[in-house]
Amino acid sequence: MTEWNVGRGLDAGTDIDSLTEIRLRIAASPHLRTAHSTPRIMWNVVGSLVPILAVAIYYFGPSALLVIAAATFGSVLTERLFGKKRSTADGSAVITGLLLGLILPPGFPLWMAFLGGMFGVGFGKLIFGGLGQNVFNPALLGRAFLQAAFPLAITTWPVQPDSWWSLRGDNFALPLMSPSAPDVVTGATPLGLMKFEGLSTSTLDLMIGSTGGSIGETAGLLILVCGGYLALRKYLDWRIPLSIFLTVFVFSGGLWLLGPDRFPNPVFMLFSGGLMLGAMYMATDMVTSPVTAAGSWVFGIGVGLLVVLIRVWGGLPEGVMYAILFMNALVPFINRATQPRVFGQTRRKPKGAEA
Amino acid sequence: MLGSNTFRHGVHPPETKHLTEKLPVRRMPFPEEIVLPLRQHAGKPATLLVKVGDRVERGDKIAEADGFVSVPIHASAAGTVKDIRLCPHPDGSMAESVVIAVDRFSPQVPRPRIVPNWAGLGPKQVVEEVQKGGVVGLGGAAFPTHVKLLPPDDFPVHTLIINGAECEPYLTTDHRTMVEYPERVQFGIRIMMKALGVERAVIGIEKNKPDAIARLTETLPEDLDVSVLPLTVKYPQGAEKMLIKVVTGREVPSGKLPMHVGVVVQNVGSIACIGEIFETGYPLIERVVTVTGPGVRRPSNLLVPVGTRLRDVLEFCDGLTEDAVQIVFGGPMMGAAQPDLDTPLIKGTTGVVVLTNKEARSVERYPCIHCGRCLESCPVFLNPSLLGTLAETGRYEEMEASNLMDCMLCGCCSYVCPSHIPLSQMFALGKNMLRKRQAVA
Ligand code: SF4
Ligand code: SF4
Repeated sequence: MTEWNVGRGLDAGTDIDSLTEIRLRIAASPHLRTAHSTPRIMWNVVGSLVPILAVAIYYFGPSALLVIAAATFGSVLTERLFGKKRSTADGSAVITGLLLGLILPPGFPLWMAFLGGMFGVGFGKLIFGGLGQNVFNPALLGRAFLQAAFPLAITTWPVQPDSWWSLRGDNFALPLMSPSAPDVVTGATPLGLMKFEGLSTSTLDLMIGSTGGSIGETAGLLILVCGGYLALRKYLDWRIPLSIFLTVFVFSGGLWLLGPDRFPNPVFMLFSGGLMLGAMYMATDMVTSPVTAAGSWVFGIGVGLLVVLIRVWGGLPEGVMYAILFMNALVPFINRATQPRVFGQTRRKPKGAEA
Repeated sequence: MLGSNTFRHGVHPPETKHLTEKLPVRRMPFPEEIVLPLRQHAGKPATLLVKVGDRVERGDKIAEADGFVSVPIHASAAGTVKDIRLCPHPDGSMAESVVIAVDRFSPQVPRPRIVPNWAGLGPKQVVEEVQKGGVVGLGGAAFPTHVKLLPPDDFPVHTLIINGAECEPYLTTDHRTMVEYPERVQFGIRIMMKALGVERAVIGIEKNKPDAIARLTETLPEDLDVSVLPLTVKYPQGAEKMLIKVVTGREVPSGKLPMHVGVVVQNVGSIACIGEIFETGYPLIERVVTVTGPGVRRPSNLLVPVGTRLRDVLEFCDGLTEDAVQIVFGGPMMGAAQPDLDTPLIKGTTGVVVLTNKEARSVERYPCIHCGRCLESCPVFLNPSLLGTLAETGRYEEMEASNLMDCMLCGCCSYVCPSHIPLSQMFALGKNMLRKRQAVA
């Protein structure tokens, strides 16, 4: 109690004016924040899509590039015209456009892709009030719209062309004209082959992507790696893809064990069609998936079950899109049903306030 | 929790304690003026005992406790009462305060006093002495310490937990207290255990303070069951409920107090303060404060007379840097930003953190994207995303149904939200609104 600190030396550079002149900022706590931001998450997703885009263009040539560009242009333009001020900067419209482009056939007419992008952002998102408010994944909604409007064009798959440079279809079909290119023969996707002709495709081909299909649906392994990166960086919820994969694997594996000649093998199920892209990039759309951890599992299991059900018993070769859209609609209920138990409460409080 | 010494969820803000963790506590010279608000603790403000012109010695009582949940206030320096007026208070309001012009020629030695002989005192008398000493929770909440020492008979207390977690970034107040005054802490624990009649005491310290863990382990008394529990570094490890969960494995029931699970938690600074009362007889008139942050020229751990104004403290630390923009009392996660340099540091002020533009970024707000990060960070398992949506439209009753009242305003959700939604701020407002409505009803 007796040693006194004599205080600062005379040379200490206190500038009392600097104290009074500064304008102190007042804000509520916490005064620190993570470096994360919503645009940063979105642009990271965009970044992780780049390798997938590159491989898609490698496999499908300039057509892929054109279709993706058209869809992206459509969605970004819509966001720009009808969205909130500067909301294009958050990157979400770019994601929608890129993802939509990736789930269209490479020979798809550009004006349709553009329209799909506009529809996805306009009716899939903006009409609900913009980012964060939408119920359905905008890219999938865009594709659902295109499928309803142009059922023929969207199931026209290219055959292997002569050179990388040639277009995979009638990309430049004029609006409202049905695409017609005499030299394009309708090829088939592995799922179509399996479903309608009972042929199966080599699993290795599926994994590296040298098969027919939508632009970005084919390179399963690459999608897994890119999505895995996002999961590691915590930009997507790993529970969702994992639960989808597990469910699809277990369910279709069970079926396959029952009848190996009637049902496709589970690895084929995992790597065919849009499952990889859908599970990694569309089911995990934060806005349209549950916020609770338990809800994420429920959501993923639901998507997985529906995918197998639709693929095996439904009338369509592919079910990922409808499976995710259907589960999107259930998200509010899933969220409510999976509220975690609050710390210090023994059971969930009855939600009696809805009076 | 599977053998790990922590709770579920929480966040990891940069600790940034290196600025001051190795710096010994220095005593700050007395300023020219001391400002002592009558309300420095939770509960009823103290009632005034002095009038303008009175001469007071250091340690003299200038305001008396008003009832049981209240403590007296003592002059932290010798001098004359210059004024009694409304002064800025750290909580943002104006509060009635005693302004003392410090006598520059006084040796500032408190009047000699009778040191209570703790061994001969019963629990009631110990509690009385603690109240007389004006001791409050020095961890920030400033709840009168003696109140916690008298749990009602129907809640037998079996464990005393000493909170040395200090999970707020930047602050090293408790850290330095533990390193420099371990004996005093142990002495305080001894007295508390006797007053409470408990057999067991646990000192919880985050693992980023190995020297504090070592010092307290070395000084553990041999005749008592006191142990040191190193804790995982995570915010808010020092929140009462989280600490209790780690030490006892039990969750304090929603809306209940620690004593409902047989536990009393005290901040390590308050314990040291009690130790001092029974060592020297001096009441709480000064405290350790960390003055730190990138915006302050000379970060320090200081022993500051209670009531010293922010301006004087900053001046003693060589002032602010050019880019300082925000001054926070307490830690950056839960502390309050101060607009006025004339605000005094009071009993509950754990630190002064000066932030620059880099940390206190003004950020653009985006809509909630339902990423779920807030849910994964909330230590009491609420759904801040949902609560935030309800708050936007003022649906306070629905917020209450969604367990708003369990929110401890720790700020984890705001910290992680990528859309920079001021969630905990909205929750503080919501809780206030609900309390007001209940008071009216
Ligand atoms: S401020 Fe409240 S809602 Fe947010 S994390 Fe802390 S306890 Fe949970
Ligand atoms: S962290 Fe923010 S953006 Fe994410 S769910 Fe919570 S409130 Fe919404």
